[in-house]
Amino acid sequence: MEILVCAKRVPDTSENEIELDRAGTDIERDELVYSINEPDNYAVEEALQLVDRTGGTVTVTTVGAEDDEEILRREMAMGAHHAVLLSDEAFEGSDGRGNAAILKAFVQKGKYDLILTGVQADDGAAQVGGMLAAMLDYPFAALVNSIEVLDGGKLKIGREIEGGNREINEIDLPCVLSIQTGINEPRYVGMRGIRQVASREIPTFDAGDLGIDPDTVGEAGAKLERLDYFIPAMGKGAEMLEGSPEEITGKLVELLKVKGGLN
Amino acid sequence: MARIFVYVVHKSGVPDDSAPELLAAARRIDPAQSPTALLTGCGAELEAVCGALTASCQEVWKIAGEALAYPNAELVRKALAAVVPPGSIVLVAHSHFGVDLAPGLSIRMNAAYAPDVVEIEGVTGAALKLVRQEFGGQVSAHVRCDISGGAVIGVRPGAFKPIESAPAGGQVIDKSADVGPLTAGRRYLETVVAETGAVDITKHQVLVSIGRGIQGEENVPIAEELAEAMGAAVSCSRPVVDAKWMEKSRQVGSSGKTVKPKVYMACGISGSFQHLAGLKGNPFIVAINKNPKAPIFRVADVGIVADILEFLPQLTNRIREECAVPAKGGHRS
Repeated sequence: MEILVCAKRVPDTSENEIELDRAGTDIERDELVYSINEPDNYAVEEALQLVDRTGGTVTVTTVGAEDDEEILRREMAMGAHHAVLLSDEAFEGSDGRGNAAILKAFVQKGKYDLILTGVQADDGAAQVGGMLAAMLDYPFAALVNSIEVLDGGKLKIGREIEGGNREINEIDLPCVLSIQTGINEPRYVGMRGIRQVASREIPTFDAGDLGIDPDTVGEAGAKLERLDYFIPAMGKGAEMLEGSPEEITGKLVELLKVKGGLN
Repeated sequence: MARIFVYVVHKSGVPDDSAPELLAAARRIDPAQSPTALLTGCGAELEAVCGALTASCQEVWKIAGEALAYPNAELVRKALAAVVPPGSIVLVAHSHFGVDLAPGLSIRMNAAYAPDVVEIEGVTGAALKLVRQEFGGQVSAHVRCDISGGAVIGVRPGAFKPIESAPAGGQVIDKSADVGPLTAGRRYLETVVAETGAVDITKHQVLVSIGRGIQGEENVPIAEELAEAMGAAVSCSRPVVDAKWMEKSRQVGSSGKTVKPKVYMACGISGSFQHLAGLKGNPFIVAINKNPKAPIFRVADVGIVADILEFLPQLTNRIREECAVPAKGGHRS
Protein backbone atom coordinates (compact mmCIF):
# COMPACT_ATOMS: atom_id res chain seq x y z
CA MET A 1 0.00 0.00 0.00
CA GLU A 2 1.29 3.48 -0.89
CA ILE A 3 0.56 5.82 2.00
CA LEU A 4 0.90 9.60 2.27
CA VAL A 5 0.95 11.27 5.69
CA CYS A 6 0.33 15.01 5.91
CA ALA A 7 1.91 16.51 9.02
CA LYS A 8 2.49 19.89 10.63
CA ARG A 9 5.13 21.41 12.86
CA VAL A 10 3.52 23.23 15.77
CA PRO A 11 4.45 24.93 19.05
CA ASP A 12 4.40 22.15 21.64
CA THR A 13 1.71 23.20 24.12
CA SER A 14 2.94 20.74 26.72
CA GLU A 15 6.34 22.49 26.65
CA ASN A 16 5.26 26.12 26.26
CA GLU A 17 3.22 28.73 28.05
CA ILE A 18 1.64 30.51 25.11
CA GLU A 19 1.78 34.27 25.68
CA LEU A 20 0.95 37.35 23.66
CA ASP A 21 3.72 39.45 22.15
CA ARG A 22 4.26 43.07 23.12
CA ALA A 23 1.88 44.38 20.48
CA GLY A 24 -0.74 42.04 21.88
CA THR A 25 -1.87 40.83 18.47
CA ASP A 26 0.27 37.74 17.96
CA ILE A 27 1.72 35.11 20.25
CA GLU A 28 5.29 35.46 21.44
CA ARG A 29 7.14 33.17 19.07
CA ASP A 30 10.77 33.82 20.00
CA GLU A 31 11.34 31.07 22.52
CA LEU A 32 8.72 28.55 21.51
CA VAL A 33 9.64 24.89 21.45
CA TYR A 34 8.31 23.30 18.27
CA SER A 35 7.60 19.65 17.57
CA ILE A 36 5.51 17.51 15.27
CA ASN A 37 1.79 17.92 15.91
CA GLU A 38 1.02 15.05 18.28
CA PRO A 39 -1.84 13.40 16.33
CA ASP A 40 0.35 13.51 13.18
CA ASN A 41 2.96 11.46 15.02
CA TYR A 42 0.33 8.75 15.57
CA ALA A 43 -0.60 8.98 11.87
CA VAL A 44 3.02 8.37 10.82
CA GLU A 45 3.31 5.41 13.20
CA GLU A 46 0.06 3.93 11.86
CA ALA A 47 1.29 4.28 8.28
CA LEU A 48 4.56 2.54 9.14
CA GLN A 49 2.73 -0.33 10.86
CA LEU A 50 0.40 -0.73 7.86
CA VAL A 51 3.24 -1.03 5.34
CA ASP A 52 4.99 -3.45 7.70
CA ARG A 53 1.95 -5.69 7.28
CA THR A 54 1.06 -5.10 3.63
CA GLY A 55 4.25 -3.81 1.99
CA GLY A 56 4.54 -0.51 0.18
CA THR A 57 6.02 2.83 1.15
CA VAL A 58 5.26 5.79 3.39
CA THR A 59 5.69 9.33 2.11
CA VAL A 60 5.46 12.29 4.49
CA THR A 61 4.78 15.87 3.53
CA THR A 62 4.07 19.24 5.07
CA VAL A 63 3.10 22.68 3.84
CA GLY A 64 5.57 25.08 5.35
CA ALA A 65 8.98 26.72 5.29
CA GLU A 66 12.58 25.57 5.69
CA ASP A 67 12.25 25.18 9.49
CA ASP A 68 9.48 22.65 8.98
CA GLU A 69 11.91 20.25 7.35
CA GLU A 70 12.94 19.07 10.82
CA ILE A 71 9.69 17.17 11.34
CA LEU A 72 10.02 15.50 7.93
CA ARG A 73 13.51 14.37 8.88
CA ARG A 74 12.20 13.11 12.21
CA GLU A 75 9.56 11.07 10.35
CA MET A 76 12.22 9.61 8.07
CA ALA A 77 14.11 8.63 11.20
CA MET A 78 10.92 6.83 12.32
CA GLY A 79 11.01 4.89 9.05
CA ALA A 80 9.20 6.95 6.41
CA HIS A 81 10.63 6.21 2.96
CA HIS A 82 10.16 9.58 1.27
CA ALA A 83 9.64 13.17 2.41
CA VAL A 84 8.64 16.23 0.40
CA LEU A 85 8.38 19.83 1.62
CA LEU A 86 5.67 21.94 -0.03
CA SER A 87 6.93 25.50 0.21
CA ASP A 88 6.32 28.75 -1.59
CA GLU A 89 5.88 32.37 -0.51
CA ALA A 90 2.47 32.20 -2.17
CA PHE A 91 1.41 29.53 0.36
CA GLU A 92 1.82 31.85 3.37
CA GLY A 93 -1.42 32.81 5.09
CA SER A 94 -3.32 29.86 3.65
CA ASP A 95 -6.48 28.87 5.48
CA GLY A 96 -7.54 25.24 5.81
CA ARG A 97 -8.95 25.22 2.29
CA GLY A 98 -5.70 26.66 0.90
CA ASN A 99 -3.62 23.99 2.64
CA ALA A 100 -5.98 21.30 1.39
CA ALA A 101 -5.68 22.66 -2.17
CA ILE A 102 -1.86 22.55 -1.96
CA LEU A 103 -1.97 18.98 -0.66
CA LYS A 104 -4.46 17.99 -3.35
CA ALA A 105 -2.07 19.21 -6.05
CA PHE A 106 0.70 17.14 -4.45
CA VAL A 107 -1.48 14.02 -4.14
CA GLN A 108 -2.33 14.23 -7.82
CA LYS A 109 1.35 14.15 -8.76
CA GLY A 110 1.66 10.69 -7.20
CA LYS A 111 -0.44 7.61 -6.64
CA TYR A 112 -1.52 6.92 -3.07
CA ASP A 113 -3.91 4.30 -1.78
CA LEU A 114 -4.30 5.92 1.59
CA ILE A 115 -3.81 9.45 2.90
CA LEU A 116 -3.54 10.07 6.63
CA THR A 117 -3.60 13.29 8.64
CA GLY A 118 -3.66 13.87 12.38
CA VAL A 119 -7.13 14.59 13.70
CA GLN A 120 -6.31 18.23 14.42
CA ALA A 121 -3.39 20.60 14.93
CA ASP A 122 -2.59 23.59 17.14
CA ASP A 123 -5.55 25.58 15.81
CA GLY A 124 -8.02 22.85 16.81
CA ALA A 125 -9.73 23.12 13.43
CA ALA A 126 -9.78 19.44 12.39
CA GLN A 127 -10.44 20.48 8.80
CA VAL A 128 -7.72 19.74 6.25
CA GLY A 129 -8.29 15.98 5.90
CA GLY A 130 -12.03 16.32 5.28
CA MET A 131 -11.47 19.14 2.79
CA LEU A 132 -8.75 17.23 0.95
CA ALA A 133 -11.01 14.19 0.63
CA ALA A 134 -13.85 16.28 -0.77
CA MET A 135 -11.51 17.96 -3.27
CA LEU A 136 -10.23 14.55 -4.43
CA ASP A 137 -13.72 13.02 -4.26
CA TYR A 138 -12.33 10.27 -2.00
CA PRO A 139 -14.26 8.84 0.96
CA PHE A 140 -13.27 10.27 4.34
CA ALA A 141 -13.52 9.36 8.00
CA ALA A 142 -12.54 11.53 10.97
CA LEU A 143 -11.28 10.46 14.42
CA VAL A 144 -10.09 7.04 13.28
CA ASN A 145 -8.72 4.90 16.12
CA SER A 146 -8.33 1.50 14.45
CA ILE A 147 -7.49 0.31 10.94
CA GLU A 148 -7.73 -3.23 9.61
CA VAL A 149 -6.85 -4.02 5.98
CA LEU A 150 -9.53 -6.07 4.18
CA ASP A 151 -9.31 -7.83 0.84
CA GLY A 152 -10.57 -6.10 -2.27
CA GLY A 153 -9.20 -2.59 -1.73
CA LYS A 154 -11.07 -1.86 1.46
CA LEU A 155 -10.35 -1.05 5.11
CA LYS A 156 -12.32 -1.75 8.24
CA ILE A 157 -11.96 1.30 10.46
CA GLY A 158 -13.09 2.33 13.92
CA ARG A 159 -14.10 5.95 14.58
CA GLU A 160 -14.20 7.50 18.02
CA ILE A 161 -17.68 8.81 18.86
CA GLU A 162 -19.37 10.12 22.00
CA GLY A 163 -18.88 8.48 25.37
CA GLY A 164 -15.87 6.38 24.34
CA ASN A 165 -18.03 4.34 21.96
CA ARG A 166 -16.66 3.32 18.58
CA GLU A 167 -18.33 3.41 15.19
CA ILE A 168 -17.12 0.67 12.84
CA ASN A 169 -17.15 1.36 9.10
CA GLU A 170 -15.96 -0.23 5.90
CA ILE A 171 -14.25 2.26 3.58
CA ASP A 172 -13.03 1.95 -0.02
CA LEU A 173 -9.48 2.82 -1.05
CA PRO A 174 -8.23 5.31 -1.99
CA CYS A 175 -9.48 7.31 0.98
CA VAL A 176 -8.46 9.97 3.50
CA LEU A 177 -8.52 9.27 7.24
CA SER A 178 -7.87 11.64 10.15
CA ILE A 179 -6.09 9.74 12.89
CA GLN A 180 -6.96 10.13 16.58
CA THR A 181 -4.30 10.00 19.28
CA GLY A 182 -3.99 6.69 21.12
CA ILE A 183 -4.46 4.51 18.01
CA ASN A 184 -0.97 3.04 18.54
CA GLU A 185 2.22 3.63 20.52
CA PRO A 186 4.50 5.80 18.37
CA ARG A 187 8.08 4.58 18.32
CA TYR A 188 10.80 6.57 20.00
CA VAL A 189 13.14 8.62 17.83
CA GLY A 190 16.50 9.53 19.31
CA MET A 191 19.13 11.96 18.12
CA ARG A 192 21.06 9.04 16.71
CA GLY A 193 18.18 8.06 14.46
CA ILE A 194 17.84 11.62 13.21
CA ARG A 195 21.59 11.83 12.50
CA GLN A 196 21.34 8.70 10.38
CA VAL A 197 18.93 10.41 7.99
CA ALA A 198 20.66 13.81 8.12
CA SER A 199 22.05 13.52 4.62
CA ARG A 200 18.86 12.20 2.98
CA GLU A 201 17.49 14.56 0.37
CA ILE A 202 14.16 16.25 1.04
CA PRO A 203 12.90 17.79 -2.20
CA THR A 204 10.93 21.02 -2.11
CA PHE A 205 7.93 21.56 -4.40
CA ASP A 206 6.75 25.11 -5.02
CA ALA A 207 3.57 26.46 -6.60
CA GLY A 208 5.03 26.07 -10.08
CA ASP A 209 6.05 22.45 -9.48
CA LEU A 210 2.55 21.71 -8.22
CA GLY A 211 0.75 23.65 -10.95
CA ILE A 212 -1.01 25.85 -8.42
CA ASP A 213 -2.34 29.29 -9.32
CA PRO A 214 -0.85 31.49 -6.54
CA ASP A 215 -4.07 33.54 -6.33
CA THR A 216 -6.07 30.51 -5.18
CA VAL A 217 -3.95 29.79 -2.08
CA GLY A 218 -2.18 31.76 0.64
CA GLU A 219 -3.60 35.03 1.88
CA ALA A 220 -5.02 35.78 -1.57
CA GLY A 221 -7.26 32.72 -1.61
CA ALA A 222 -8.17 32.60 2.06
CA LYS A 223 -11.80 32.87 3.10
CA LEU A 224 -10.80 32.77 6.76
CA GLU A 225 -8.36 35.29 8.19
CA ARG A 226 -7.06 35.58 11.74
CA LEU A 227 -7.24 39.22 12.84
CA ASP A 228 -5.47 38.98 16.19
CA TYR A 229 -4.85 36.84 19.24
CA PHE A 230 -6.11 37.73 22.69
CA ILE A 231 -6.27 36.17 26.13
CA PRO A 232 -9.81 35.02 26.87
CA ALA A 233 -11.57 36.50 29.88
CA MET A 234 -10.99 34.58 33.11
CA GLY A 235 -14.70 33.99 33.73
CA LYS A 236 -15.15 33.80 37.47
CA GLY A 237 -11.58 32.56 37.68
CA ALA A 238 -10.07 30.36 40.35
CA GLU A 239 -9.15 31.57 43.83
CA MET A 240 -5.39 31.00 43.70
CA LEU A 241 -3.88 29.50 46.85
CA GLU A 242 -0.40 30.83 47.53
CA GLY A 243 2.23 30.53 50.22
CA SER A 244 4.44 27.74 51.52
CA PRO A 245 3.44 24.12 50.81
CA GLU A 246 2.26 23.86 54.45
CA GLU A 247 0.07 26.94 54.09
CA ILE A 248 -1.38 25.80 50.78
CA THR A 249 -2.13 22.23 51.85
CA GLY A 250 -3.62 23.57 55.10
CA LYS A 251 -6.00 25.92 53.28
CA LEU A 252 -6.90 23.26 50.74
CA VAL A 253 -7.70 20.62 53.36
CA GLU A 254 -10.04 23.07 55.12
CA LEU A 255 -11.82 23.80 51.83
CA LEU A 256 -12.08 20.11 50.96
CA LYS A 257 -13.65 19.36 54.35
CA VAL A 258 -16.32 22.01 53.76
CA LYS A 259 -17.03 20.87 50.18
CA GLY A 260 -17.28 17.17 51.01
CA GLY A 261 -13.98 16.24 49.40
CA LEU A 262 -12.73 14.15 52.32
CA ASN A 263 -14.61 10.97 53.05
CA MET B 1 -28.28 38.39 4.30
CA ALA B 2 -27.79 34.78 3.28
CA ARG B 3 -30.27 32.17 4.38
CA ILE B 4 -29.18 30.43 7.59
CA PHE B 5 -29.64 26.70 8.18
CA VAL B 6 -28.93 24.71 11.32
CA TYR B 7 -28.24 21.00 10.85
CA VAL B 8 -29.91 19.19 13.74
CA VAL B 9 -28.51 15.89 15.00
CA HIS B 10 -31.12 13.70 16.69
CA LYS B 11 -31.55 10.38 18.40
CA SER B 12 -34.67 8.40 19.29
CA GLY B 13 -36.90 11.20 17.97
CA VAL B 14 -35.33 13.88 20.19
CA PRO B 15 -33.08 16.72 18.99
CA ASP B 16 -29.53 16.76 20.35
CA ASP B 17 -28.65 19.27 23.11
CA SER B 18 -26.68 21.18 20.49
CA ALA B 19 -29.84 22.12 18.53
CA PRO B 20 -30.97 25.07 20.71
CA GLU B 21 -27.34 26.22 20.90
CA LEU B 22 -27.08 26.28 17.11
CA LEU B 23 -30.34 28.23 16.92
CA ALA B 24 -28.91 30.76 19.39
CA ALA B 25 -25.71 31.03 17.33
CA ALA B 26 -27.78 31.59 14.16
CA ARG B 27 -29.51 34.53 15.86
CA ARG B 28 -26.09 36.01 16.61
CA ILE B 29 -25.41 36.10 12.86
CA ASP B 30 -28.83 37.52 11.93
CA PRO B 31 -31.20 38.40 14.78
CA ALA B 32 -34.00 39.17 12.28
CA GLN B 33 -34.04 35.78 10.57
CA SER B 34 -35.79 32.62 11.71
CA PRO B 35 -33.16 29.99 10.96
CA THR B 36 -34.23 26.96 8.94
CA ALA B 37 -33.74 23.59 10.62
CA LEU B 38 -32.25 20.90 8.39
CA LEU B 39 -32.72 17.23 9.28
CA THR B 40 -31.87 13.88 7.78
CA GLY B 41 -33.10 10.46 8.85
CA CYS B 42 -36.05 8.20 8.27
CA GLY B 43 -39.29 6.93 9.71
CA ALA B 44 -41.33 7.99 12.73
CA GLU B 45 -38.33 9.25 14.69
CA LEU B 46 -37.51 11.78 11.98
CA GLU B 47 -41.17 12.87 11.83
CA ALA B 48 -41.21 13.37 15.61
CA VAL B 49 -38.07 15.48 15.74
CA CYS B 50 -39.15 17.59 12.73
CA GLY B 51 -42.47 18.22 14.44
CA ALA B 52 -40.74 19.29 17.65
CA LEU B 53 -38.58 21.80 15.78
CA THR B 54 -41.56 23.60 14.22
CA ALA B 55 -41.91 25.24 17.64
CA SER B 56 -38.51 26.95 17.14
CA CYS B 57 -38.25 27.41 13.36
CA GLN B 58 -40.63 28.77 10.73
CA GLU B 59 -39.29 26.20 8.29
CA VAL B 60 -38.03 22.70 8.97
CA TRP B 61 -36.45 21.00 5.95
CA LYS B 62 -36.71 17.25 6.06
CA ILE B 63 -34.61 14.82 4.02
CA ALA B 64 -35.96 11.31 4.57
CA GLY B 65 -34.52 8.08 3.22
CA GLU B 66 -33.62 4.55 4.26
CA ALA B 67 -29.96 5.28 3.46
CA LEU B 68 -30.01 8.07 6.07
CA ALA B 69 -31.35 5.91 8.92
CA TYR B 70 -27.88 5.94 10.45
CA PRO B 71 -26.10 9.31 10.14
CA ASN B 72 -23.19 8.30 7.91
CA ALA B 73 -21.46 11.66 7.35
CA GLU B 74 -20.54 10.68 3.78
CA LEU B 75 -24.21 10.29 2.85
CA VAL B 76 -25.48 13.21 4.95
CA ARG B 77 -22.96 15.50 3.23
CA LYS B 78 -24.26 14.53 -0.22
CA ALA B 79 -27.86 15.02 0.88
CA LEU B 80 -27.19 18.48 2.33
CA ALA B 81 -25.15 19.61 -0.66
CA ALA B 82 -28.09 18.64 -2.89
CA VAL B 83 -30.69 20.76 -1.10
CA VAL B 84 -28.91 23.76 0.42
CA PRO B 85 -29.05 26.75 -2.00
CA PRO B 86 -25.70 28.27 -3.04
CA GLY B 87 -24.52 31.09 -0.79
CA SER B 88 -26.27 29.79 2.34
CA ILE B 89 -24.80 29.65 5.82
CA VAL B 90 -25.00 26.21 7.49
CA LEU B 91 -24.38 25.78 11.22
CA VAL B 92 -23.17 22.39 12.45
CA ALA B 93 -22.12 21.33 15.97
CA HIS B 94 -18.33 20.88 16.17
CA SER B 95 -18.73 17.38 17.57
CA HIS B 96 -17.48 13.91 16.67
CA PHE B 97 -20.08 13.96 13.91
CA GLY B 98 -19.49 17.58 12.90
CA VAL B 99 -15.78 17.16 12.21
CA ASP B 100 -16.65 14.16 10.04
CA LEU B 101 -19.27 16.08 8.06
CA ALA B 102 -18.50 19.78 7.90
CA PRO B 103 -15.05 20.34 6.29
CA GLY B 104 -16.03 18.36 3.19
CA LEU B 105 -19.47 20.01 3.13
CA SER B 106 -17.81 23.43 2.82
CA ILE B 107 -15.88 22.19 -0.21
CA ARG B 108 -19.03 20.70 -1.81
CA MET B 109 -20.82 24.03 -1.25
CA ASN B 110 -17.75 26.00 -2.39
CA ALA B 111 -18.20 27.97 0.81
CA ALA B 112 -15.97 29.18 3.65
CA TYR B 113 -15.49 26.96 6.70
CA ALA B 114 -15.05 28.29 10.22
CA PRO B 115 -14.49 25.39 12.62
CA ASP B 116 -14.96 25.26 16.41
CA VAL B 117 -16.42 28.74 16.81
CA VAL B 118 -16.98 29.87 20.41
CA GLU B 119 -18.43 33.37 19.83
CA ILE B 120 -20.02 35.33 16.99
CA GLU B 121 -19.45 39.08 17.09
CA GLY B 122 -21.50 40.12 14.05
CA VAL B 123 -21.59 40.75 10.33
CA THR B 124 -20.15 43.71 8.41
CA GLY B 125 -20.87 43.42 4.68
CA ALA B 126 -19.60 39.99 3.66
CA ALA B 127 -17.38 39.64 6.74
CA LEU B 128 -18.54 37.55 9.67
CA LYS B 129 -16.43 38.23 12.77
CA LEU B 130 -15.92 35.19 14.99
CA VAL B 131 -13.90 34.03 17.96
CA ARG B 132 -11.97 30.77 17.96
CA GLN B 133 -9.48 29.27 20.39
CA GLU B 134 -6.01 27.95 19.62
CA PHE B 135 -3.21 26.14 21.43
CA GLY B 136 -5.53 24.04 23.55
CA GLY B 137 -7.54 27.07 24.66
CA GLN B 138 -4.55 29.00 25.98
CA VAL B 139 -5.27 31.91 23.61
CA SER B 140 -8.27 33.09 21.62
CA ALA B 141 -8.32 34.67 18.17
CA HIS B 142 -10.67 37.00 16.32
CA VAL B 143 -11.27 35.58 12.88
CA ARG B 144 -12.86 37.17 9.81
CA CYS B 145 -14.84 34.78 7.67
CA ASP B 146 -15.77 35.76 4.09
CA ILE B 147 -19.40 34.68 3.75
CA SER B 148 -19.95 36.12 0.26
CA GLY B 149 -20.06 32.59 -1.18
CA GLY B 150 -21.80 31.03 1.81
CA ALA B 151 -20.25 29.40 4.85
CA VAL B 152 -20.25 26.34 7.05
CA ILE B 153 -19.84 27.29 10.71
CA GLY B 154 -18.77 24.63 13.22
CA VAL B 155 -20.20 25.68 16.58
CA ARG B 156 -18.51 24.46 19.76
CA PRO B 157 -20.97 22.51 21.92
CA GLY B 158 -21.76 24.40 25.12
CA ALA B 159 -20.44 27.76 23.88
CA PHE B 160 -23.82 29.37 23.09
CA LYS B 161 -26.64 29.66 25.61
CA PRO B 162 -30.03 28.67 24.22
CA ILE B 163 -32.42 31.62 24.00
CA GLU B 164 -36.14 31.61 24.62
CA SER B 165 -38.16 32.62 21.60
CA ALA B 166 -41.88 32.90 20.87
CA PRO B 167 -43.38 29.73 19.34
CA ALA B 168 -42.56 29.83 15.64
CA GLY B 169 -45.53 27.73 14.49
CA GLY B 170 -43.39 26.53 11.61
CA GLN B 171 -44.01 23.97 8.90
CA VAL B 172 -42.15 20.87 7.76
CA ILE B 173 -41.04 20.96 4.12
CA ASP B 174 -40.10 17.65 2.54
CA LYS B 175 -36.94 18.00 0.44
CA SER B 176 -36.34 14.26 0.05
CA ALA B 177 -37.19 14.30 -3.68
CA ASP B 178 -34.35 16.79 -4.35
CA VAL B 179 -31.81 14.19 -3.25
CA GLY B 180 -30.92 11.46 -5.74
CA PRO B 181 -30.00 7.89 -4.81
CA LEU B 182 -27.38 7.96 -2.03
CA THR B 183 -24.32 5.74 -2.02
CA ALA B 184 -20.88 6.29 -0.55
CA GLY B 185 -17.47 4.69 -0.40
CA ARG B 186 -17.89 4.30 3.33
CA ARG B 187 -20.49 2.03 4.90
CA TYR B 188 -21.54 1.95 8.55
CA LEU B 189 -21.27 -1.53 10.08
CA GLU B 190 -21.89 -1.29 13.83
CA THR B 191 -21.34 0.64 17.04
CA VAL B 192 -19.13 -0.86 19.72
CA VAL B 193 -20.15 0.38 23.17
CA ALA B 194 -17.42 1.35 25.63
CA GLU B 195 -16.64 -0.97 28.53
CA THR B 196 -17.29 0.21 32.08
CA GLY B 197 -14.09 -1.13 33.65
CA ALA B 198 -13.36 -2.27 37.19
CA VAL B 199 -13.98 1.17 38.72
CA ASP B 200 -17.05 3.11 37.60
CA ILE B 201 -15.90 6.74 37.86
CA THR B 202 -19.44 7.97 37.14
CA LYS B 203 -20.54 6.63 40.54
CA HIS B 204 -17.99 8.53 42.64
CA GLN B 205 -18.56 11.79 44.54
CA VAL B 206 -14.89 12.72 44.65
CA LEU B 207 -12.45 12.27 41.77
CA VAL B 208 -8.69 12.73 41.73
CA SER B 209 -8.18 13.24 38.02
CA ILE B 210 -4.77 13.19 36.40
CA GLY B 211 -3.54 14.59 33.09
CA ARG B 212 -0.34 14.84 31.12
CA GLY B 213 1.34 16.39 34.19
CA ILE B 214 1.59 12.96 35.81
CA GLN B 215 4.39 12.39 33.25
CA GLY B 216 4.57 8.61 33.45
CA GLU B 217 2.83 5.41 34.47
CA GLU B 218 5.28 5.05 37.37
CA ASN B 219 3.78 8.20 38.93
CA VAL B 220 0.14 7.05 38.87
CA PRO B 221 0.44 5.63 42.45
CA ILE B 222 0.94 9.22 43.68
CA ALA B 223 -2.62 9.94 42.57
CA GLU B 224 -3.90 6.60 43.86
CA GLU B 225 -2.50 7.36 47.31
CA LEU B 226 -4.17 10.77 47.39
CA ALA B 227 -7.43 9.20 46.24
CA GLU B 228 -7.20 6.60 48.98
CA ALA B 229 -6.60 9.29 51.61
CA MET B 230 -9.59 11.28 50.31
CA GLY B 231 -11.93 8.32 49.80
CA ALA B 232 -11.94 9.15 46.09
CA ALA B 233 -11.46 7.34 42.78
CA VAL B 234 -8.79 8.13 40.20
CA SER B 235 -9.91 9.37 36.79
CA CYS B 236 -7.90 10.96 34.01
CA SER B 237 -7.81 13.04 30.84
CA ARG B 238 -7.17 11.86 27.31
CA PRO B 239 -3.34 12.02 27.11
CA VAL B 240 -3.10 9.58 30.03
CA VAL B 241 -5.21 7.05 28.13
CA ASP B 242 -3.37 7.68 24.85
CA ALA B 243 -0.11 6.89 26.64
CA LYS B 244 -1.73 3.70 28.05
CA TRP B 245 -1.03 4.78 31.65
CA MET B 246 -4.68 4.20 32.61
CA GLU B 247 -7.68 2.36 31.16
CA LYS B 248 -10.04 4.13 28.74
CA SER B 249 -12.87 3.56 31.24
CA ARG B 250 -11.18 6.11 33.57
CA GLN B 251 -11.25 8.93 31.00
CA VAL B 252 -13.42 12.00 31.64
CA GLY B 253 -14.47 13.94 28.53
CA SER B 254 -16.58 14.00 25.40
CA SER B 255 -14.89 10.86 24.13
CA GLY B 256 -14.81 9.31 27.60
CA LYS B 257 -17.20 9.30 30.54
CA THR B 258 -19.50 12.06 31.70
CA VAL B 259 -19.13 12.45 35.48
CA LYS B 260 -21.04 14.44 38.10
CA PRO B 261 -18.85 14.46 41.22
CA LYS B 262 -19.15 16.88 44.16
CA VAL B 263 -15.41 17.54 44.16
CA TYR B 264 -13.07 17.27 41.18
CA MET B 265 -9.31 17.47 41.67
CA ALA B 266 -7.84 18.35 38.25
CA CYS B 267 -4.17 17.42 38.62
CA GLY B 268 -1.85 18.32 35.75
CA ILE B 269 -4.85 18.71 33.43
CA SER B 270 -4.78 21.70 31.06
CA GLY B 271 -8.57 21.81 30.69
CA SER B 272 -9.45 21.36 27.02
CA PHE B 273 -13.11 21.86 26.16
CA GLN B 274 -13.37 18.19 25.22
CA HIS B 275 -12.29 17.29 28.76
CA LEU B 276 -14.59 19.82 30.44
CA ALA B 277 -17.52 18.57 28.35
CA GLY B 278 -17.43 15.41 30.47
CA LEU B 279 -17.67 17.30 33.76
CA LYS B 280 -21.27 18.05 34.73
CA GLY B 281 -23.25 19.03 37.81
CA ASN B 282 -21.15 22.09 38.76
CA PRO B 283 -18.61 20.34 41.01
CA PHE B 284 -16.13 22.13 43.28
CA ILE B 285 -13.03 22.09 41.04
CA VAL B 286 -9.51 22.22 42.45
CA ALA B 287 -6.91 22.77 39.71
CA ILE B 288 -3.25 21.98 40.26
CA ASN B 289 -1.01 22.79 37.30
CA LYS B 290 2.50 24.10 36.89
CA ASN B 291 1.45 26.29 33.96
CA PRO B 292 -0.23 29.42 35.41
CA LYS B 293 -1.78 30.03 31.96
CA ALA B 294 -3.52 26.66 31.82
CA PRO B 295 -7.18 27.11 30.77
CA ILE B 296 -8.30 24.91 33.68
CA PHE B 297 -7.72 27.88 36.04
CA ARG B 298 -10.51 29.77 34.22
CA VAL B 299 -13.11 27.24 35.27
CA ALA B 300 -11.70 26.01 38.59
CA ASP B 301 -12.90 27.23 41.99
CA VAL B 302 -9.49 26.94 43.58
CA GLY B 303 -6.15 26.95 41.81
CA ILE B 304 -2.63 26.00 42.84
CA VAL B 305 0.39 26.59 40.61
CA ALA B 306 2.59 23.60 41.38
CA ASP B 307 4.14 20.47 39.94
CA ILE B 308 1.70 17.71 40.89
CA LEU B 309 4.54 15.24 41.40
CA GLU B 310 5.66 17.37 44.35
CA PHE B 311 2.33 18.71 45.50
CA LEU B 312 0.14 15.60 45.55
CA PRO B 313 2.35 13.69 48.07
CA GLN B 314 2.42 16.79 50.31
CA LEU B 315 -1.37 16.97 50.18
CA THR B 316 -1.72 13.24 50.83
CA ASN B 317 0.48 13.50 53.94
CA ARG B 318 -1.43 16.53 55.19
CA ILE B 319 -4.78 14.76 54.82
CA ARG B 320 -3.44 11.64 56.55
CA GLU B 321 -2.17 13.74 59.47
CA GLU B 322 -5.33 15.78 59.84
CA CYS B 323 -7.81 13.00 59.34
CA ALA B 324 -5.73 10.28 61.02
CA VAL B 325 -8.34 7.63 60.34
CA PRO B 326 -7.77 4.40 58.49
CA ALA B 327 -8.90 4.35 54.87
CA LYS B 328 -12.43 3.04 54.61
CA GLY B 329 -13.05 -0.17 52.76
CA GLY B 330 -15.07 0.02 49.58
CA HIS B 331 -13.93 3.51 48.66
CA ARG B 332 -10.54 2.55 47.46
CA SER B 333 -9.51 3.51 44.01
